[in-house]
Amino acid sequence: MHRCWGGRLHGSRHQLDHNGAAASGAAAPRLIPRYSERVAQVITESPSPAEPLLRLRGIEKHFGPVQALYNVDLDLPSGQVTALCGDNGAGKSVLTKCIAGIYQVDHGQFFWEGQPVTIHSPRDSAKLGIETVYQDLALADNLDIVQNMFLGRERLRNGLLNEDDMERAASQTLANLRVTTVRSIRQPVASLSGGQRQSVAVAKAVMWNSKLVMLDEPTAALGVVQTQMVLDLVRRLRDRGLAVMVISHNLNDVFEVADRIAILHLGRKVAEDRASTFDRQSVVEYMTTGAHGPAVQAGNDKGQHGTS
Amino acid sequence: MAQAEAPESRIDPTASAEAAIVVPPEIVAQSLGEWFRAWLVRLRAGQSGVLPVVLGLVLISIVFTAISPNNLFLSAGNLVNLFQQSAVFMVLAMAEIFVLLLGEIDLATGFTAGVGGVVAVQLVQPVTTKWPWWGAIAVALLVCALIGLLQGTLITRLRLSSLIVTLAGSLILSGVLLILLGLGPFSGYPSLLGRNPNILTLYKLMWGTIDPVLSWIGMALVVIAVGSFLWLGDSRRRRSGLVAPPASLTILKIALIAVVSVVVVAICNVNRANLGTLEGVPWVIPIVLAVLAVWMVLIQRTTFGRYVYAIGGNPEAARRAGVNLAAIRTWCFVLCAFTAGIGGLLYASYLGGMSNNFNGGQIVLYAIAAAVIGGTSLFGGRGKMLHGVLGGLVIGGIYNGMYLLAIDVKWQFIVTGLVLLVAVTIDALSRRSATSGSAARV
Repeated sequence: MHRCWGGRLHGSRHQLDHNGAAASGAAAPRLIPRYSERVAQVITESPSPAEPLLRLRGIEKHFGPVQALYNVDLDLPSGQVTALCGDNGAGKSVLTKCIAGIYQVDHGQFFWEGQPVTIHSPRDSAKLGIETVYQDLALADNLDIVQNMFLGRERLRNGLLNEDDMERAASQTLANLRVTTVRSIRQPVASLSGGQRQSVAVAKAVMWNSKLVMLDEPTAALGVVQTQMVLDLVRRLRDRGLAVMVISHNLNDVFEVADRIAILHLGRKVAEDRASTFDRQSVVEYMTTGAHGPAVQAGNDKGQHGTS
Repeated sequence: MAQAEAPESRIDPTASAEAAIVVPPEIVAQSLGEWFRAWLVRLRAGQSGVLPVVLGLVLISIVFTAISPNNLFLSAGNLVNLFQQSAVFMVLAMAEIFVLLLGEIDLATGFTAGVGGVVAVQLVQPVTTKWPWWGAIAVALLVCALIGLLQGTLITRLRLSSLIVTLAGSLILSGVLLILLGLGPFSGYPSLLGRNPNILTLYKLMWGTIDPVLSWIGMALVVIAVGSFLWLGDSRRRRSGLVAPPASLTILKIALIAVVSVVVVAICNVNRANLGTLEGVPWVIPIVLAVLAVWMVLIQRTTFGRYVYAIGGNPEAARRAGVNLAAIRTWCFVLCAFTAGIGGLLYASYLGGMSNNFNGGQIVLYAIAAAVIGGTSLFGGRGKMLHGVLGGLVIGGIYNGMYLLAIDVKWQFIVTGLVLLVAVTIDALSRRSATSGSAARV
């Protein structure tokens, strides 16, 4: 992760590094013009009068001398799918992990239902009702669907596992999400298809009365039909009033399910608005150059040198 | 939404048909016939379950009965002896399963058992320490648990390889064993001979017998308890519409348990002495069953057991679920060594003492072979406590058969090695067929 931002040191507010390496950052060529003015024009205030479920303000995160997120603001409203886009190394995963509590932010504030909150650990975020479905799904192949869905939060009766109760709850959740293609809820996850695994991972995330579900590249490894199945699932989560954040490279998926789109570029949020205000062209421009429109200069083409 | 449903229902049958090979038959079958067909499908796909063990047992019985002098192998006396010899392997295999489920290995199990055995034997000696039998057993098991704690801590906290740590542990413990054997009155060969009640109790762990009538009553109670537990559990799940095997399968299972129990007790109740009477179920059978029952509950019905399987299947998933990996792993090594201590007590009891002939290096290989032959995977995440008991019976059968034939020790070594190789090969092949199956499905 560290090398993604190598050479783009940002020495203004964060001389927190341990070895003084950031001092050399001043010598690095400024590849990124100041976007703040332009971004301000792009963002039109959300028309929704309600407070978004989760509001991020001024999130900053660095790893040693390497700055991963610069002053990121993001709103995640309930009942809407927000797509988080960006090229490799834009900071999508870092931002997600900050919200999930895996990383702790250096600066910035979280507002959960309008109240300021702190997220220091995955437990904190889980307590708020935030669940993350990672790209590698984190399912144990040798356990069955019920066992996976309750892993780490088993229900007990007299100190022993209450399998009946867990099985009922799991099958209820799967039925609500209309995940009906599995043959038996007691089959090991090893025997499921890619789309079915993704469905189980999502069902696992929503079973805990979660209010915000973040999906990291949910369709990356799936075929056409299974992608459709997962996107339908995402819509169902939204229809149930959950806030959904989908991280995706795939613009087809983004435009198919997203109500809102937020775009990161080199650790800065460069755009955030209703999906209808974007088109494919503009999203690609934001992702690759960090800006959109005639103002984009040819000199900005170094914007996509981040790799992972 | 209706259009969206259509493709789902179209892919459904194909996904399931591909998946059928690894879905256990008892969770999808509605009737006995259906279960049998699903089982055959699975068998053809290389997912053999306990079949190799059962076939192995049948093969061993036939071969050794045919070639043993006077077809002694299947005589009542030898079968009881076989149970007693197997008991050590069964318990050590159950010990090993704790760490095998994690995908780790404990090569020190044999010498841990040896140390446990010798500690207990030395402590009850009436001319030196004079400890009561229960104190000696408690200390012996505690020492074993501490050995496990030490090894487990090194492996989990310092992230050392369990193979190397326990190999070193095995070597160290073999030295410790010799030191402990050298203490006391019968230097090198502390024994359990004599009429001292404490010595006698340790000796009876293996050789004590339960009165034939009591044996029958006890067996009946156990079968009724296990049978009604199975029946009530399965029928409750069937009534609530949860996944459950068909009633006929439950009945078949209970009937199988009952038949095996009756046969075992009947064999044990035959008078197997050449002179006088020696009959009844040896203590060791209920001891092994109790270990099996307790560990089965722990590993299959508690969160601890669930986490053990999760770590063996996908440590990252377990970590993200909030499981304390280091603690669970360390506990598995402790439980492994503790259970090995029980095995060591049985071993000492079987030999009527401990001696410096104790071959912990060979015994641990037998234990691992027993667990793997029973169906537990060396790669972690797959296995049951019952596998240790079934595999232990196979290993015990081979050991006993070779003993009956008075096969030279050099051939015993070679056969041990071959058995282990066969077991590992079966494990690797079944794993390969399972993973290639799932790769095709992605």
